[in-house]
Amino acid sequence: MTGELSGILEHVDRIGKLDLVGVEPTSHVVALENVLRADEPRPSLAPEVALAPAPEPVDGAFRVPSPQADA
Amino acid sequence: MAELLDLTVAAATAKIAAGEISAGEYFEAWRGAAAGDELNAYLWQVEDGNGYEVEDGPLKGIPVAVKDIFCTEGSPTTAGSRILEGYCPPYTATAVRRLDAAGARVLGKTNMDEFAMGSSNENSAYGPVLNPWDRGRVPGGSSGGSAAAVAGGLAPCAIGTDTGGSIRQPASLCGIVGLKPTYGAISRYGMIAFASSLDQCGPLTRDVTDAALMLAALEGRDPCDSTSVGIEGGIVAPSREDLKGLRFGVPSELARDAFDDGVREVFEATLARIEALGGEIAEVSLPSAEHGISAYYVLAPAEASSNLARYDGVRYGMRSERSGDLLEMYENTRAEGFGPEVKRRIMLGTYALSSGYYEAYYGQAQKVRTKIADDFSTAFAKIDFVVTPTSPSVAFGLGEKTDDPLSMYLNDFFTVPMSLAGIPAISIPAGLAEPEGGGPQLPVGFQIAAPAFAEQKLLEAAYALEQAVGFDARPGGVDG
Repeated sequence: MTGELSGILEHVDRIGKLDLVGVEPTSHVVALENVLRADEPRPSLAPEVALAPAPEPVDGAFRVPSPQADA
Repeated sequence: MAELLDLTVAAATAKIAAGEISAGEYFEAWRGAAAGDELNAYLWQVEDGNGYEVEDGPLKGIPVAVKDIFCTEGSPTTAGSRILEGYCPPYTATAVRRLDAAGARVLGKTNMDEFAMGSSNENSAYGPVLNPWDRGRVPGGSSGGSAAAVAGGLAPCAIGTDTGGSIRQPASLCGIVGLKPTYGAISRYGMIAFASSLDQCGPLTRDVTDAALMLAALEGRDPCDSTSVGIEGGIVAPSREDLKGLRFGVPSELARDAFDDGVREVFEATLARIEALGGEIAEVSLPSAEHGISAYYVLAPAEASSNLARYDGVRYGMRSERSGDLLEMYENTRAEGFGPEVKRRIMLGTYALSSGYYEAYYGQAQKVRTKIADDFSTAFAKIDFVVTPTSPSVAFGLGEKTDDPLSMYLNDFFTVPMSLAGIPAISIPAGLAEPEGGGPQLPVGFQIAAPAFAEQKLLEAAYALEQAVGFDARPGGVDG
């Protein structure tokens, strides 16, 4: 995979040589203004529904292995 | 039965509305066809079509093949990845809900490149999809299952997603119509994220009219996706018969040796058809478009590396069976759950975003994106559409490009610039060509791009051209 990544980066490096001083970067293509909705409570997923796809749901939470192997 | 399956979506909805055929009968016919999938196009199929009521609407009774990247409540959604094996989402994507509300029903979930990363569908964790025209060849990607299902007579229509060409390129390689709408036309809510600033849902259909019908149902603002704005004025079925007064720009940078001879012949014949319909062919300059692939393969992996951080074996999807502490669980889950292409892009993305390289890669790529969008804006001041071949070649062989990721990426050369600019583009089948190295003829797609939110104008032009091209070839063995 190292060789493949090098090949890709070599291709990508072409844009590093372009003179783009003063060009504004684009992160979003459609002109949008931020709007906030009214801060009103709305129905949402029940906790047990949101937990159902988890590998190890327990007591309304996601169980994970201990951060320390021997704990 | 074959007669039912031969109807376009527009024709079927008309017959269902007139009471000539029943929605249940039509759905069952398609369920039977989908059950005979020999292309590996589907990852999941609905088991009973009569389980629920159909809404009255413009798509009443229409079965839709849905790319497995859209969340569907209670049915498996894998995005082609092992890491989401067995995942059943607790909610349904807005795009699918809108199709439901228009009277359509999900027929099945279609195979795809893992997390939509690929141009051949060979990156699926569930095996490659075969091209219905030649089962030794790829259907394109990443919406390869959706394209193969429509072309192979396994679904009347489908939806997919396009980040850098993932609707248009498989549509081209399978001989059907594929539309990538303007970024923001359709909600991305419930569509598993690959590169959020580029991802867009769109239809894959047999003809342009069906694409318009589906887009009419799909587009719209959604409170659940703050970047969705819909298409002002909506979409109606196209009816234009000529191209008089319209200017079609061919990029002057489009080196004619950048694509196969067969593709070039079909492209030039299509330009002649445009002129015969009264359209004007002009040369147009898109000087920055050639850097599209470089910018795209920085921006898309960068966004993906952030989006895919959520797959950690904690909240959904698979968790590695190998025991260990929390960190080892993350590492083992990702090592086992992600395929090679996804790993490659996460590494590229995190590298491009890392301190010290950010400006040189990500910052520079964002500026190239601005230049490409400016190129299109300048061009559209003088012309109505930009046209190119959709793909440099016809469908290539399975395994032909899997050892060379860069050559695979270059498949998207003609489709990536439109994605970076966020503008709509459609691929329509324009003819057949012999592959380089010989063999039976395969479909060639013709791409038309328009200014942002000019979908109706784009569909009208594509419709007029489609009538003149009269593409009616079907893969061998497909009914109708």
